[in-house]
Order: sequence, then C-alpha cells, then structure tokens
Amino acid sequence: MTETTKVAGAAAVSLSGIGKRFPGVIANHDVSLEVRPGTVHALVGENGAGKSTLMKILYGVQKPDEGTIVVNGETVHFSSPSDAIKHGIGMVFQHFQLADNLTVLENVVLGAEKLHGIGDKAREEVRRISKAYRFELDPDELVEDLGVGERQRVEILKVLYRGASIIILDEPTAVLVPQEVDALFDNLRELKREGNTLLFISHKLDEVRAIADDITVLRRGTTVTTVKPDEVSQHQLAELMVGEELPSPSTAESTVTDREVLEVRDLRLTDVMGRAVLSDISFKIHAGEVLGIAGVEGNGQTELVEAVVGMVKPTSGTVELSDEDVTSWGTRDRRESGVGYIPEDRHRHGLLLDAPLWENRILGHQTREPSVKGPWINRDGARKDAERIVEQYDVRTPGIDTTARALSGGNQQKFIVGREMSGEPKLLVASHPTRGVDVGAQAAIWDHIREARRRGLAVLLISADLDELIGLSDSLKVILRGRFVGDFDPKTVTPQQLGAAMTGAQAAEATDPGQQAGNVRRPDQGDGPTDLSTGGDA
Amino acid sequence: MNILRRTALVLAAPVLAIVVAGLLTSIVLLTVGDSPAAFWETILSWPENRSLVNIINEASVLYLSGLAAAVGFRMNLFNIGVEGQYRVATFAAALFAAQAFLPGVLNTVATIMVAMLAGAAWAGIAAVLRVTRGVSEVISTIMLNAIAVSMVAYLLRRTGSREGQTIVTDTIPESSWVPGLPLLPDSVTEVYGLAILAVIAGVAFSVVLNRTRFGFDLRATGQSESAAVASGVNVKRMVLYSMLLSGAVAGLIGMPNLFGVSHNYGSTIQTGIGFAGIAVALLGRNHPLGIAGGALIFAYLSEQANPLGILAGISPEIIAVMQGVVVLCVVIAYEVVRRYRDRLEQRSVAEALDASGPSGSGGSPTKEVTA
Amino acid sequence: MTVSPPQQPEASASLVKPTTARSYRIWLYIGVLLVALSTTRVFTGADDITSAGTLRAAMIAAIPIALAGLGGLWSERAGVVNIGLEGMMILGTLGAGYFTYHYGVWVGLMGAALFGAVGGALHALATVTFGVDHIVSGVAINIIAAGVASFLAEALFTGLPGGGPTQSPSLDRPPTVTIPGLDGFTSDLADKGWFLVSDLAALVNALTARMSLFTLVALLLIFGTGWLLWRTSFGLRLRSCGESPWAAETLGVNVYRYKFIAVTMSGVFAGMGGAYLALVASSGYQNGQTGGRGYIGLAAMIFGNWRPTGLLTGSLLFGYTDAARLRSGGESVHALLLIVGVALLAVAVWQLLRGARVMAAVGAGVGVLALLWYFSTDTIPGDFTQMTPYVTTMLVLALASQQLRMPAADGLRYRRGEAG
Repeated sequence: MTETTKVAGAAAVSLSGIGKRFPGVIANHDVSLEVRPGTVHALVGENGAGKSTLMKILYGVQKPDEGTIVVNGETVHFSSPSDAIKHGIGMVFQHFQLADNLTVLENVVLGAEKLHGIGDKAREEVRRISKAYRFELDPDELVEDLGVGERQRVEILKVLYRGASIIILDEPTAVLVPQEVDALFDNLRELKREGNTLLFISHKLDEVRAIADDITVLRRGTTVTTVKPDEVSQHQLAELMVGEELPSPSTAESTVTDREVLEVRDLRLTDVMGRAVLSDISFKIHAGEVLGIAGVEGNGQTELVEAVVGMVKPTSGTVELSDEDVTSWGTRDRRESGVGYIPEDRHRHGLLLDAPLWENRILGHQTREPSVKGPWINRDGARKDAERIVEQYDVRTPGIDTTARALSGGNQQKFIVGREMSGEPKLLVASHPTRGVDVGAQAAIWDHIREARRRGLAVLLISADLDELIGLSDSLKVILRGRFVGDFDPKTVTPQQLGAAMTGAQAAEATDPGQQAGNVRRPDQGDGPTDLSTGGDA
Repeated sequence: MNILRRTALVLAAPVLAIVVAGLLTSIVLLTVGDSPAAFWETILSWPENRSLVNIINEASVLYLSGLAAAVGFRMNLFNIGVEGQYRVATFAAALFAAQAFLPGVLNTVATIMVAMLAGAAWAGIAAVLRVTRGVSEVISTIMLNAIAVSMVAYLLRRTGSREGQTIVTDTIPESSWVPGLPLLPDSVTEVYGLAILAVIAGVAFSVVLNRTRFGFDLRATGQSESAAVASGVNVKRMVLYSMLLSGAVAGLIGMPNLFGVSHNYGSTIQTGIGFAGIAVALLGRNHPLGIAGGALIFAYLSEQANPLGILAGISPEIIAVMQGVVVLCVVIAYEVVRRYRDRLEQRSVAEALDASGPSGSGGSPTKEVTA
Repeated sequence: MTVSPPQQPEASASLVKPTTARSYRIWLYIGVLLVALSTTRVFTGADDITSAGTLRAAMIAAIPIALAGLGGLWSERAGVVNIGLEGMMILGTLGAGYFTYHYGVWVGLMGAALFGAVGGALHALATVTFGVDHIVSGVAINIIAAGVASFLAEALFTGLPGGGPTQSPSLDRPPTVTIPGLDGFTSDLADKGWFLVSDLAALVNALTARMSLFTLVALLLIFGTGWLLWRTSFGLRLRSCGESPWAAETLGVNVYRYKFIAVTMSGVFAGMGGAYLALVASSGYQNGQTGGRGYIGLAAMIFGNWRPTGLLTGSLLFGYTDAARLRSGGESVHALLLIVGVALLAVAVWQLLRGARVMAAVGAGVGVLALLWYFSTDTIPGDFTQMTPYVTTMLVLALASQQLRMPAADGLRYRRGEAG
C-alpha cells in the first residue's frame, strides 16, 4: 500500500471553499470538508445536492472554479484523474466504468501498465489483491460475464491496484440488495483496518449511519454541517439534508377492484442464444391496483416491461388487456388502447432531447388526440396540452418551446409522468418512475399515481427503491432469473425479506444491531422513506 | 432566444464554412503555381443570362439530389446510393417513355411514376438488407452504385442503338416532351420545364416532415431510435419507407433533363450528381430551404468554373476541391454552433427559472448524472 | 455469486490467452476451400481458377483491400468509424504517383503514406476534436480527396512523358523476391493438372515466386498490428477507447490522443494501400483507380470481426474473385457460380438444422438460382463480371453480419468530461 506522508493529526483530504459552475447552474459553492485519515467519511445529500460533482473535482475529472484541495498536507491541483491517482486517490463511480469486451485484467491494468506491466506480473498482482480482500475475481474473465456485485469489486480492485489509499465510493449501494450491502461493508471495514481512508457518498441514511465515522451533509451545493453518527438522530439528519418535512409514500385504504386490466399468462422469452430470459411469468393486475415487482437489475424486469409494452415479442405466452388478446400487437396499438409507459431510461426511451417540450408531448401519442388530427399533427392541440401538463405537474421550465435537454432530470421526469397519465390510461407501466428525481418531485409523482389509482388506474411498478415499492404497491412480487420467486404483502414485508428473495439467498441474520433496528419499517407509520427515517431513534 | 439571434446562428456556420473554404482553395492554388486572383475574378463575375439559366437548371437537379439524400439523413440513414438510383431510374424511364404506351402528357406523368418506382426499388435492396441482415446501408448503397453502372451498361447494350460514339435508348416521342421555360432573354438554353419538380418536391418534403404523423415518426426515429421505439414506431418499417422514399426522389433527378433536352438515355449521362447531392444536403443541414441555398451555391460554383481553363489557366477541377472543403468546414461549423447554442439555451433556461423564484425541484440540467 | 477461477493452462507473458483452437479451425477452412476449388476445376475444366497466375493475382488484388481494411481496423478499434478510407486511398495513389516518378518506389510509398495521413488527420480533426458525426465527416473527406486528386493530377502530370491530366507516366515497380529452386519445380507440378496436388503446387508457387516486396511489407504491417494492439499497453489503451472511452478517461488515458493517432494511422494504411494499387497492381496513377476498394476494405474488416487475421482472410476472398474475373473473366466467374451455388445450399441446410427456416429458404433459393444460371449458360458477359467484387461484398455482408462483435463504443460521439 502507499505510504501516506502525513503530519500527525492532519486531515487526509481537506477541501475549502470549493465552487463549481456549469452553464446555468451552480453545482457547488463554498464547500468545505475535512476527512480524518483512516476513517470512513460519509457525504450525504439528496439528488442534485452536488455530491457527485464535488467528488469528481477531488478525483480530477472536473476542475474547481474556486477553492483549494489539500491532500495529505500538500496543496494540489488536479487536471486529470492521473494526477489524483498519483496522489493516492481512487474513485469507484456509481455507474461502473468497465469495458465489457475486455477481461478483468485488462480493465484493471488499463492506464496503469507501468506498475506491473500487462502480463503475468500484473496477473499475479490482481490475484493477490483479490485474495487479500476475498474478492474472488478471475483476471481472465470477461467483464460482461460478471454480476453486479463482482463488477463493483473489480472497480474497487482497480483502485487498490493503483495503490490508492484514499478511496471515494459514489453511491456504491445503489445497485445492491441488503445482503450485498453487508458484504460490501465488510470489505470496507477491512480496507479501513488496513489504514485506507474512505469517502462514501450516499443518500441512504441508515446505511451511512452503519458504516461512517463522520458524516458531512450537503444541500443545494454547499456544506451544511459535519457530524458524528452518534451525535444526531436519523430524523435530524434527514431534516438537515432536506431542510423541510416530507411526506411518505405510504397509503391508507385499498382501491383494488375486481376488474382485470392486465393479465399475463405463461410468458416466456428466450434470447438469441436460446437462454430463457423470462419463464412462466403469470400475473394479473386489476383496476385500482398497483403491482410492484422487486428484483436485482438484470433479472428480467426490463424484458418483462418491454414484453408488456410491446417492444419485444415473447417466445410464448399471452398478454391480455381488458380481456383482449394483445400478444401480437405492437407498441403503438397497445398504447392506443390505453397503456401509458414511463420508461426506466428517460433519455433513451422517454424523450427527444433536442426537440421542444411540445413536440415531446406528441411522443408516444402521435396517433391520438390532442396531438393529431387524422394524418396531420395538431400543433395547437399539442401545445395547449403541453402547457396543461407543465402546470398540473409543476414542471419548472420557461416555456413549452424549451428543448427537453435543457430541463433538469426531475422536471423531465415530471413531464413524462404527466404525459403518460394523460388521456386517462387504463394501465400504467412505470419503470423506476422516480429514479434520479429529488425528494420533492418524487413525492409529487407518488401523489399523482395514487390519485390515478383511486380513479381506477392499474399500475405495473418496477423499482429498485424498496421503499417506493413497499409504500406504493398493493401486492408485491419478486423476480429472479426471469421467474417470479415470491409473493409478498407490502404491509408486512421487510426490506430484508425482499432482499433475500431478490438474491435467492436465505434471509441473513442481521449482524449489526443498528441495522436490525433500523431496517424494520411499517409503511403506515409514515415517517418518510427509509432514506430519511426509521421506526425508532437509534 | 429572439428571432434575430436564431437566424444569425443558423447562418453563421455556412457563411463561416464558405469563407474558410475559399481561403483554403486559394492556398491550394498557390501551391501549384496558379493565381488565386484570377480564380476569384472568374468565379465572382456576374454570370451571363445563358449561364444563369444553366445555374437554375443545375440547381434544380442538385436540389432533387440533395432532397433525396436528406430524406435518408433525417432518419440517420446514409443513402450514398443516390447516384445508382438516379441512373437506374433514368434508364428505366427512358425505356418506358420510348415505348409510348400512353399518349402525350399521360406518358410523361406515367414515366415520372416509373422513374420513382425504379429508384425506390433500387434503394429498397439496400433497405431490405439493412432491415433483415443488419448490413450497413452505407456500404451496400455504394456497392449498388457500382453494380448499377454495370447492369445499366449491359441492358443499354441490349436495348439501345449506336449513335456515333455512344449507345442510346430510343428517343421519346415528341408529344411527351416538356418544353423549356424561356425565363431569360438572350439565352440559347431554356430552363427545364420540369425544374418545377424541385419546387413541388421541396414543398412536399417540408409538409410531410413537419406536419404529418409519418413525418413526426421519421424525425423522431432519426433523433433517437430508442425513444421512437418506445413511442410505438416500427423502426424497421420506418427504415424501409424512408429508403424507398429517398430512392423515389432520386428517381426524379434525371427527369428534367430527360424530358427537356436529351429525350433518351445515353452512356454520356451526367454523372456525379448523386454525390454532389449528398454534399448539398449536408450543406443545407437537411432542411428544404437550406438545401435550396446549397444547391444554388454549388451550381453557381460549377457553372462559373467552366471557363477557368480558358480564362485563367486553372483546371476546373479545383471547384471540386472547394466544394469538398466547404462540406467539411460546414459540418464542423454546425457542430461548433450547435454546442454553443445548447449552452446558451441551458444558461437562459436556468436564468429564467432563477428569476421566477426558488425551484422546488432542484438539480442541474441534463448534464448531471442521476445520483 | 462466487466465482471459481478456471485452471490456467500455461503461463503466458501476454494479455491474451493463447487461442490454439482458433488456429486449427483456420487450417481446416483453408483445406476445405482448396478441395472445393480443386474439385470445381476438374469438374468444369476452368483451369484458371487455381492457376498460380490467378492465385498470385488474387494476392495482388487482396493487398490494397487488406491495407484499407487495416486502416479501418485501427480507426474502429479506437471507436471512430472511417468511411473516408476510399478518399485516403485516392490520396495515396496520387502521392505514390508523384513521389515515385520523381524519387523512386520507396519514397513513393512514404509519400503515399503521408498523403493518406493528411486525409486521416482531417477526419480525426473533424470527429475527435470537433465531434462531427463520423460518417458525415468520412463522406466529406471522400469528396475532398476525389477533387484534390483530380486537380493535382492535372497539375502535376500533364506534360510529363506518358502522363496526362488523368494519369501519371508509367512508374517503376517495387522489386520482387523469389525463392530459388522452388519456382521451376512447383510450376511444373502445377501444370500437370492433378487433382489437389497441382493446386497446392500452384499455391506454393504463388507464395514463393515473384512476390513483391510491398506485399511482404503489407503482411508485416497486418500481423504487426495484431501484435501491437493485443500485446502492448499502447494497444490496450487504443482498444479501450473503442470499447469504453469513458472508463479509459477515468483511468487517466488521454482518449483524444489515442483516437487521433488511430485515425491518422488509418489514413497512413489506406494511403499505402493506394501506393500498392498504383505501383504493384497497376503501372501508375490513374483517376478513379481505387474503384470502391476503400469500402470493400471496410467490408473485409467487418467480415474479419475487426481482427487482423480475419481481415486478411476477407481480403483474400475479395481479391480472389476480383482476380478470377480479371484474368479469364467469363469462364472463371462462371465456374465460381458452381461453388457459390453449392455453398449456399450447404449454408441453407445448416440454417435449417438450426431452425432458421426463413434464412434457409432464402439461402436455398439463391443457391438454386446460382446453379440454374451455371447450368444454363457457358460464360458470363463482361458487364456482369465487372460486378463480381461488389456483389461478393454484399453477399458476404449479408451472410456474415449477425455473429460479429464490433468494438462496443464504435461510432459513438465521445466528449471529454462526461465520464461518471
């Protein structure tokens, strides 16, 4: 490991007065941070608070407009990640930066070929690190064959290979289930024991309290305060993060009716190689019901959504909308018969980024009122309705002629939700509907969904946010390797149980008493999403 | 952004490109010992009426070619095969018209239909390969260009007759000819009667693309195929329609000349229009008005370059260089301007939002990753 | 979620595991092909399809395509699609024409590389520095190159003895190399006309007698690329730019620099392909002599799954069909119809076994058509043999496109600072 040349008691990393602007937005201003060596320092804040930007500045991907960075007592100016790497800083990005077609070894060695060459010596080093931290990685395996947890370990290995002693982790648990989070935290504690300093970005407060030694809160681009986990309650921390009280996703009475809106029977989908991506998928959704589907990314949820929406043809099985067999129908016909679709990736599937908002109103609805009249586009109709959506869903934009790209993620999502809910759809397929959306907008979207549900909307909800699933759903299923492996009642299930089903493992005994208390949630206690509070004060 | 600023931004790129291209061309001339001054003098002299007519004719043909390419470009399809489609279509049209199955004007109209069908069919081959086998339409259309040359040559040998050094198809009956428009006095040549096709095609292009559902689907697929799929567009069908349409428009390219001047298809048919059309489409940013501008500029340059050999001792080929450089400069300039415009917009959006009060839903514009 | 590492067969000092299985398969394919050709020769009496002359001509026809494809490989492995190879090749022919006339073949080769590099650098400037769409830039480069070449040809070659506005004077050829002793023996054996033995002899003769030094240079470059890109750090970094430039960026790789180098090098190789075309395959520069080889090179690259050995194989395929038609035109291509027809039927059967019924039907249909054509005619008209390389390209692309894997970030627009 790298030796850290530090003055006794000095911070490993010290940021003061950091500021960063992008065209039209201030990402960071006057941010100050002191990280003690050999500790886990958490950086919390809601989406858009500026945490990622700050860490990118520390890693040299971005340059600060003002402020100073001091690493191990030395003032530094990074112009690229290689500078940061030279000072012993490594970053594990939230979205993994791995080349699928290259092997683990090639991915690790890239950019650091001088350290151990690119042949056997490097291979040995990779094996050594993997063994030391029990990563269990094979250097010659193609990255595309690895699972999510393994990929994350490759990312950490990359960082260790380069001798990093200050490791930044950006939302590392975003894609992990509770059991994998435990495994990760074990790895992190091991790293800390070896003398490394860890910077942990998250907006999941219970996890943060479980692993961090110090917590710095960021809000709207600036530091609010730095506290220790035992100095402050989860609730107080949440308030510091958000600055105001927030509603919860939970609901009271049931609105489920008997009328079936969607029935899927024995759906099966195989890929080009003949592997089963979905098998024996059968379920029903009634008017007024929200069916939530939980699962680790890559277990067939995306394909299930695409099969229901009509973007992919199943190998066998049927899809029925209101007792009509639509299995052979394309997306357009299904949409016309009343299916709304909030896609998982709004930039790729939900918007034409370079088109104005009113044209985006037409997208997905280009065969129906009010966007069209016969074969012609009805400009006035589309524009008027775009304005309605902007108002009803509180989309912050100067006007409907603004290009979609210029809006923030949350506003884009609100617009999409508004668009998909227009025309009184019968079925809403919502895939991660509040991903990347800040808490205020998230609550608003939940409200709209609940309102529509009261009016008889059926919802197929896919989400990685277990709290969203538990809070919004009337019934819950878990998908694993293309099959349903569990039915749960949202009113009684715990995230631990869901996590166990999602990974196919036995429910792990909670090893950390803090976690045990923190993870059991009752939806109707309404203290807010688990991000912000739990059943009791620690 | 107000209208003045918008217009300025739109024109900035092509103007910048032409200036840079002019500079570079002058440098190339200097390196081989030619005189840039003589070059510019010839190029910038006001054309005689005869030349003006030629320019209009050439521009209308270039316009059709550019439009054909643009239909594909709007869908992110690169129909480099306009040249081959035009050749096949013109040949088929000449054959059909000479048979005179229908009398007079009807023959003309029917022939135009045949030309469009033939062009569409030739483009359709590349489309089918792309849709069923994923073959890049860039390579397949280029291959089809070469195949078209051989195939038409073969068919011409079998169906045509010798006329001096060339082989030509039978002449179209006079009743189907389209008279020229004597727009300008003192001009030996007349404007093609069918130059009007360019205008009709341009208007149709604009209307279909911007005002119809089909046009919306087409533009959406070109902007973001994934979003179009999620919105219900059948992309494979769209690719097919778009290539067929592109080929159909390409089929029109040879019509003005066929019915106005040559009245048959011969081995001396004008070549290179297909590629020039691609350049013109890029120059005009695939917009009907822009393409018109580009066509006029290219036609002007080509026509004015003709006397370069005699008047200035410079090879007319230099024009091809200038045209090529213009295209490259223009696409670079468009990229730069586009990015500048996006930044401007983001800034003005943020300013507008700040002015209207604190935002309840914060977060930065699309640049920031979902975190 | 545990991973048990597979047994490591043997220590290797390289990044890439040895691929012994693949090299076996290549020999198998070559063997099958030789047998098929030999059988066809005996059956149809079209002796020229496996003559030493044809095989040598096949190699000569293949190399320009291979060099162009090599350029495409460098560029696309770094993530930039290069449609402008044709234009860069044209520049290469011009450079070779000019520099060879004044300074000899080796300076001619360098000159061609230089001219090609200029084209490559332009493409790099547009796509890497400015982020222009790759195909648009490539098309623009082709337009420029064609114009520049015809303009400069007129300026440089008119007035020279044997030259004119569209062609250079006759140029020197690069020296050739012959392995002594083998030439006479093998060509005698080849003339005997024995099944398979004579064909093998012809093959050996083609490879060992009168081989141009440029061919050796080209082969060196092709195999050298394989070593450079897969066994060195430079190569790893370059390939990472084509697989995931954002990952490379986060690891401190200067992605712009590698892309720029790769695209410029692609121009160098295309230019050299042009030099080969002008000096070995022809006797000098001629307007339009590239005839689409830049694009065929791309097809060879795709066929070869973006790997040098595959690229060479694809180029030889195209080169062979081109050579066959050039030498005995109608007769040879006519005989090839037989092979194509039989091969398509075989493919159709295989597709049927895999369950791809539509593909099998199409394959069978085309195969039957080819055979019908063969049996109902004696020869193929000149116009159609002209098309052979182009039709072959399309056929190959149509059949091969599915199982291939191109670099993951190929053709994508990359801007610095978007990582993470």
